[in-house]
Amino acid sequence: MQPSGNAPHSDSRRLEGQNDWPSTDLIGSDRRGLPPAGPEGDTDAVLAVLQEVPDPEVPAVSVVELGIVRDIDWVEGRLRVQVTPTYSGCPATEAIEQHIEEALVTAGYADPLIERRLSPAWTTDWITPGGREKLRAFGIAPPVGSAAKRSLLGEDPVVPCPLCGSEHTERVSEFGSTACKALYRCRDCLEPFDYFKCL
Amino acid sequence: MQNVSQITRTPLTEYLLRLGDSVLVLGQRHAELCGKAPALEEEMALMNVGLDLFGQARNWLTYAAEQINAEQAGSELDADALAFKRDAQDFRNLLLVEQPNGDFADTMARQFLFDAWHVPLLEGLAQASDPRIAEVAAKSLKEATYHLRRSSEWVVRLGDGTEESRARMQRAIDNLWRFTGELVQFDEVDQAMADAGLAPDAGTLVARWKATVEKVLEAATLSHPPFDAWMYTGGKTGHHTEHLGFLLAEMQYLPRTYPDATVW
Repeated sequence: MQPSGNAPHSDSRRLEGQNDWPSTDLIGSDRRGLPPAGPEGDTDAVLAVLQEVPDPEVPAVSVVELGIVRDIDWVEGRLRVQVTPTYSGCPATEAIEQHIEEALVTAGYADPLIERRLSPAWTTDWITPGGREKLRAFGIAPPVGSAAKRSLLGEDPVVPCPLCGSEHTERVSEFGSTACKALYRCRDCLEPFDYFKCL
Repeated sequence: MQNVSQITRTPLTEYLLRLGDSVLVLGQRHAELCGKAPALEEEMALMNVGLDLFGQARNWLTYAAEQINAEQAGSELDADALAFKRDAQDFRNLLLVEQPNGDFADTMARQFLFDAWHVPLLEGLAQASDPRIAEVAAKSLKEATYHLRRSSEWVVRLGDGTEESRARMQRAIDNLWRFTGELVQFDEVDQAMADAGLAPDAGTLVARWKATVEKVLEAATLSHPPFDAWMYTGGKTGHHTEHLGFLLAEMQYLPRTYPDATVW
């Protein structure tokens, strides 16, 4: 199953301060008073929970909008969520898995299985339209076009400035603040900005 | 502690160690540049490329450890044990990647010569009949494509640059050339993997590597020694240059000083 679009938001299943991740281990702790989880098979209810889990490095988008939640199912009554890393060495991989687990336990899903999956390899094509818009609003230019192969020394794509919309921009460095971004500069408003590279 | 130098060697585990060790050692060379790069943008790029390489190393070495554990009763290795508890003679990385960072031309020439080989290698491995190899390679390939793009651009920019930058890049290519033979010379392990459909054959890999090197060096207005020049070899079988031991001493210091610590 591939998540698409924005899953419906469900406040009823969430605790207050849902993005303030508790430092204590919720797993196996006393869960009395927590809301009941959605029924087995209700993937939309799970998606609604994951929709509120931000990417630690790009908190403007959720793990669902980023397209790294690859599958949701139940194994002998136990919820299983399969997550794929954006890059092999993404340092947020463990943190993301932990945040997902904590969000699910907080939402009442007992002992969820969080599995890492490498194949098929993540592509920026899986970032949802809503996710792309949030990236732009956050000041990060979303990937231009699809992850089609570029020639080795070919031209860069035209990356519109996320701040002023100008297409008069230039690449400063192939790698920006994280491996998934390149550093660009707008030649009209003169602001530097991150570009989420096609992958 | 398990003696990791006594691990079983099959062509598959040997080959996985070659893949994992090469990206691990090259990643560590990048880590050495943290805080020392010539410009902030290049510092971030070097660290991100290094991070990609470490991630790839973990994927390869995890698979290698699983294979070794399956073959050898009582073996409980993982990627960290392979990275931190082996000595230089047990490493199977290419000699090219253990060469010192030198100046920025040396660093980028080393990266380019590696990337030009890494990309077609990963393209071949992504077609392997072993799904685990195929998925790690397919993931790595996306990253390596950006690495090659960046290193190619630097070779061209410095080669077709000022008199000084051109001289430095030419010197870097000339100095590193003698370590490139290992990339394309197949030994019995490489051949066994190719024959089993687990790795690309020599012909395709060599042709692609040469074509990329010639194309980029031509754009950079640089020359290169002949492809059949005398070459150093031995990295793939554990016979390393003097540089690897120093690199490992720094990389392995903490986990060897505080073995099996879970909090540093």
